[in-house]
Parts: sequence; C-alpha cells; structure tokens
Amino acid sequence: MIRHAHRSHGLWLAFILHRLSGVALALFLPVHFYVLSLALTEPARLDGFLNWTDRPLVKAAEFGLVFLLAVHIFGGLRLMALEFLPWPSRQKSFAAGAVALALFLSGGFLLSAM
Amino acid sequence: MTESPENLSIAVWRGDDSGGGYEQFDVPARQNQTVLDVVSWIQQHTDPSLTYRFACRVGMCGSCAMMVNGEPRWTCRTHVKTVLKGNRLEVGPLRNLPVIKDLATDMDPFFDKWVASEGAHHPTRTRHDPIAPVDPTEGNRVEANEGIECINCAVCYSACDTVTGNPDYLGPAALQRAWTLFNDTKDANRGAILDAVSGSGGCHNCHSQGSCSHYCPNELNPMKAIAGLKRASATRFFRRSS
Repeated sequence: MIRHAHRSHGLWLAFILHRLSGVALALFLPVHFYVLSLALTEPARLDGFLNWTDRPLVKAAEFGLVFLLAVHIFGGLRLMALEFLPWPSRQKSFAAGAVALALFLSGGFLLSAM
Repeated sequence: MTESPENLSIAVWRGDDSGGGYEQFDVPARQNQTVLDVVSWIQQHTDPSLTYRFACRVGMCGSCAMMVNGEPRWTCRTHVKTVLKGNRLEVGPLRNLPVIKDLATDMDPFFDKWVASEGAHHPTRTRHDPIAPVDPTEGNRVEANEGIECINCAVCYSACDTVTGNPDYLGPAALQRAWTLFNDTKDANRGAILDAVSGSGGCHNCHSQGSCSHYCPNELNPMKAIAGLKRASATRFFRRSS
C-alpha cells in the first residue's frame, strides 16, 4: 500500500516542520538553562564550555538551532495570522516565506560566526 | 475509443472491517478512462463480487471517492493517465471510515458529524411567511457561498490526519457546513452552531495541515472555514470574559 501519499504537499510539510522544530526546541531549552545556571554555580566550567562552543562543528550545530528557532517563530506567526486575521489566500507562499526567512536569519548567523 | 496494446496493472483492496489486502487485476488500457471506469471494468469482466459505490459519474453526487495511489480522489473525474505510475494503479477504500466491503466505506460517522456540528438550518420564518430576500453581494453571504458546493464526498475527511488521530474530531466537511450556516443571515441560532463546533472534537482541534483544501475536488477551502469558526468562537469567548 502506498502509505501517507496524502501528506506530500506544502502545508502538511509546514505543519510537520513546525511540530518537529517545537519538539527539538523543547529538548534544547532545559540544556540551555542548565548551561546558563553554571554562571552562578560553576563559572569556570561555563568558561570551559563556552571555549568548546567556538569549534566550527558546534557553530554549524548552532546554525541548526537558530534555524529551528526562527522557523518555529515565523511558522507560529503564520498560524496565528491564519486563525485570527482576515483570511489571506496565499498560505503556501506564507509557509515558504517562513522557511526562507528562517534560512536567511540562520545563514546570517552562520556567516557572522565563521 | 481505441485500445492501446498494453494492460494496466491494478491493485484493488479487497476485504471488510475485519481486514483484507490488495488483489491484482489486469485491465485493458484505453485512451480515455477514469479510475471509476477501471473499477467498473473489473467488476463487470473479472470479479462480479467487487463492491464499490457510485451514482452520477459526473462529479455531482460525491459517492465514488476512493484512495487512488494513497491519495483521496473522486474516481469518476480522475483520469487514469493523470495518476498512473508506470502502468500501475492502487485503488483502496477511503481512509478514516469503517470499510463495509472492498471499496465501499460506511459513511455514517461522516454524516453523523454533520448533525453533531449543527449542520441543519435553524429557520427564522415558517413556510407561510414570505421568502426572505438574500443580497448575493453582502459579506456574510459571499462567505457562505464559498462552501455551498460541497458534494459530501468525504475526500477532505479522508485526507485529514487530525481525524485519523482523533476519531471524535468533527472533520473539515462538517465544520465547513457549520461555517456556511453561521454566515447565513437567515439562520436563527448561530450561538448553537458555535457551541457545537467549539467543544471537544470541534474546530480548535484543527492543526491547519491543509490536506482538506489541497484535495477538495470542488476546490473549496474547508481550512479557511475552520479558521473562521476558530476566530468566531475565540471572539465570543473573549467578549463573554470581558
């Protein structure tokens, strides 16, 4: 059986991207807050960790994080506009625009970090 | 109609609600044939026990919808050559509905939800009163008009993963019907419609995946209708709270 062929269209992909980015950010945030808490509890360890994050591979991973955050923000704004503002007809274009803006922001972050 | 030399290889789902699987059939390829033509050919020439449902064959009655290569479609208006993969085609019963037999699904849950979403007109007048004039250019009427061409084919219901995840969800067609009536200025109980669609299983379950609008064969926009219901029920909630 050809499973899930009904999902291969832009707005469904926008939905799953919003969901997965949300889950990934929810997993990231506790780690983020734990690292921030080191500033109060173990400043020396925090400095060591921050030096470690200067590695190129970590910067590339941070590009992914910035992309997830941006795509979740813009995707969420699109959904709120869809539900609470007068209906705009170009939903697929807005979803594509949210991904493009997220790539622009995260790409800019990566360029400035290199 | 000329017949091309090769046969089509058609996989048709056979079984009932307790289970089943795909069965292969060879069907002569023709220059012009719809998916419904192919299913009818199998039933008329190979296996008379194949069960499926159709009536008008011109895209008006909404009874012949099936899954074609994993996507819900009205089979009487779907030309085989637009969906063929190689010379293969897979035809199954609609998703999200119980199967009666083979390609015929039980539509009761689908129509029960039309009733549950207050999809019935609440009249303001009796048959003895004069007919109320309707201005076709008025804003609410324009909004209502967008949904009235629904043929109840359940393609949107079958495409919706929110229905798959929550069998109590009213689904795109019933909610679009509710939105159409909500915008009908002749409807006497718009509050009852919002009550019916804003509770558990109502419009706020929608994740805006857009499959309903993507697959609607009449190019209606149930996702827009559901967004309208979300907006109307949220507005009412905040007005009541303030």
